[in-house]
Amino acid sequence: MRRLKVEDLAQIKKKRREEIKLSQAGPFRVRVVVHLGTCGLSAGAGSILEAFEAQVASHPEAKVHLLKCGCGGFCAREPMAQVEVLGMEPVTYVDLKPKDVKTIFEEHVLKGKVVEAKRLPPEESFFRRQHFIVLRHRGLIDPENIEDYIAYDGYTALAKVLTSMTPEQVIAEVKASGLRGRGGGGFPAGVKWETCRQAGEERHEERYVICNADEGDPGAYMDRSVIESDPHSVIEGMIIGAYAIGSHQGYVYIRKEYPVALEKLNIALAQAREYGLLGENILGTDFSFDIEVHRGAGAFVCGESTALMASLEGRAGIPRAKYIHTVEYGLWNKPSCLNNVETWANVPVIINQGASWFTQIGTGDVTNNPWGGSKGTKVFSLTGKVKNTGLIEVPMGITLREIIFDIGGGIPGGKKFKTVQTGGPSGGFLPESLLDLPVDFDSLTEAGSMMGSGGMIVGDEDTCMVDMAKYFINFLLEESCGKCVPCREGLRSMHAILERITKGQGREGDLEALDDLARVMTQSSLCALGQSAPNPVLTSIRYFREEYEAHIRDHKCPAGVCPDLYEMTIVPELCSGCMVCARYCPTQAISGEKKKPHRIDRNKCIKCNVCYSLCKFGAIKKT
Amino acid sequence: MEVKAELIQAILQKWQYRKDFLIEILQDVQDEFHYLPQPVLVAMARYLEIPVNQIYEAATFYKAFSLEPKGKYQVSVCKGTACHVRGAATVQGALERELGIKMGETDKNLEFTLEPVRCLGCCGLAPVITVNQDVYGKVEASEVSKIIEKYRKGGETAKTTVTMGKGGRP
Repeated sequence: MRRLKVEDLAQIKKKRREEIKLSQAGPFRVRVVVHLGTCGLSAGAGSILEAFEAQVASHPEAKVHLLKCGCGGFCAREPMAQVEVLGMEPVTYVDLKPKDVKTIFEEHVLKGKVVEAKRLPPEESFFRRQHFIVLRHRGLIDPENIEDYIAYDGYTALAKVLTSMTPEQVIAEVKASGLRGRGGGGFPAGVKWETCRQAGEERHEERYVICNADEGDPGAYMDRSVIESDPHSVIEGMIIGAYAIGSHQGYVYIRKEYPVALEKLNIALAQAREYGLLGENILGTDFSFDIEVHRGAGAFVCGESTALMASLEGRAGIPRAKYIHTVEYGLWNKPSCLNNVETWANVPVIINQGASWFTQIGTGDVTNNPWGGSKGTKVFSLTGKVKNTGLIEVPMGITLREIIFDIGGGIPGGKKFKTVQTGGPSGGFLPESLLDLPVDFDSLTEAGSMMGSGGMIVGDEDTCMVDMAKYFINFLLEESCGKCVPCREGLRSMHAILERITKGQGREGDLEALDDLARVMTQSSLCALGQSAPNPVLTSIRYFREEYEAHIRDHKCPAGVCPDLYEMTIVPELCSGCMVCARYCPTQAISGEKKKPHRIDRNKCIKCNVCYSLCKFGAIKKT
Repeated sequence: MEVKAELIQAILQKWQYRKDFLIEILQDVQDEFHYLPQPVLVAMARYLEIPVNQIYEAATFYKAFSLEPKGKYQVSVCKGTACHVRGAATVQGALERELGIKMGETDKNLEFTLEPVRCLGCCGLAPVITVNQDVYGKVEASEVSKIIEKYRKGGETAKTTVTMGKGGRP
């Protein structure tokens, strides 16, 4: 492939669109889209793809375009596939098994008859409230094919920037769009770019653009999905940013736990280089830029900007104080602009559609103040005790209720909603009374939580708030780099108190002690990890104080999670005597005869919960 | 232990002997040996012309690295929030009983290592465990023995497989 010039893009777009168009006469009459993100693959999408490939090979007359896409978003219903027959509405099939493929192929693809049993009902609300900007190519492109990306207007924003805009104009556009950092902090991207450019210009120095793909928050996988499904949108965003800032070298720092994303990214980078979209003289202009990939090695703190840059330099990822900003002295002490995956992926759309289009979506007013509102959309991974777990993109300002109950379909198993946790370990828990809170940077911060990178974990009545707070503190305790005392020792002390409370040894004054520790940590920790670490504890105390008090005063865990604070019992009226629990009990604590109610020997029971999860009759209760 | 110089040089060659790729280099060593053997680290330091302590700083900081040999089968329990909410602790308990080792330990025969893993990002399948490259989604504590039994019998699979349990019922 020769290196592209600006005018070649339109030709490739036209050619590729023509190639993949469904028509009677053309090469393809049917399109089958298989979603191959990590979620899909883990659920068995690989064998679904093989089954379709076998069918396509044995039916060349069907003229099927088999498209290998990234994440389909609806994780709970993976593996998914979409079938579009010429002249018919596309149909999404869910929960597929390899044996279903033959039926779908023979009925739908060959005869045009939709297989109702496996289809996602058109009235399903999961996709309805969503607004795709970052996930705009979901189900449309093969992430391993750059021409697919170009066919859907890929790299046109880059061409526009290189041919008709000055770096200053690009920065002004991004500033006017009100785009704020999607990694959690919510710092206006345009302001960051401008400062970085200025610092470089003043000192006549090389500057770097960096993409933070070290998505460490447990329960969050937005960035992984974007890279797996649409890596070129991130690359294009980075090149545009580099042009605006005046950088010639970029880095992607990606966590090693994401092998599929890494593979797609490397393929995309190689293709971009081959097509002349990276390297010397991009699109035939005199602008040159390239991107290098570094794998993280399992350290949560490396998502912090200074720690990430230390890690890029080949050192331990330990943060430093930030009174000197990284936009002035960052990687190798040069001006460095770090944005996360989702932020970069927004950039091409903003350039193509314009800032005024972007600001129509979202809340607040950013005309004079880039912090004045939250514009655009946000991608969330909706997980935990919710029916429709999945990856969603919603306009800023949507309420938590709409996300959890309309898109998420509510709580499964007839249980009651209790809490939603946003912002990962640095965020907080929000109670039912705040369900109508609009989701934007400022409202969430005000409520004591934060937007964070986009993990949204729902808890039901079986979720113990003290246990959850302990979970996050334990996570942070393990991940604290140990450089500064407030974070290192504060987390240790907090964990000790929470551990005591969950063991029924809580004392009066514990909550006040937690509060004191939180204040010190917030005010005096070196980096955001320590400063925001107390959030899960503070919000759970603020909104669920009675649950802490039940643990401390009554030595009870109302949710039945903390093993020392409940007993397992079998309700004789509900027990059918099926013996399943007795068979699986690892300590033989359950005795009883067939078809007669069983009983649990509390001295032998280790509360492993095996019986609780096995009982089909709800006969095992925690009291 | 004897370390082949060619092997070390091949890894360093791949990363162009660049010091800023140290983390990448160590990951390749870890993949090769399943831990970071001391002679290799010392040799690396010599080739890269950096002090050994700089390598140890990185080697002991990142979770992906181990200075101790690991078992043939690495059993990892995802410690992501979604898995936690959906009962990862119960599954962990069952694994500890089944393997007779605690989280973070390796058994005497160097057969199994039980480890926590940071969120794998397939939260829709929670709770998730992996044994080497095999993924088990929606695992239930009662299914753990059967899973481990397979590997005791030497049933390593050549390619990544996915097995769905009946658990994870919220």
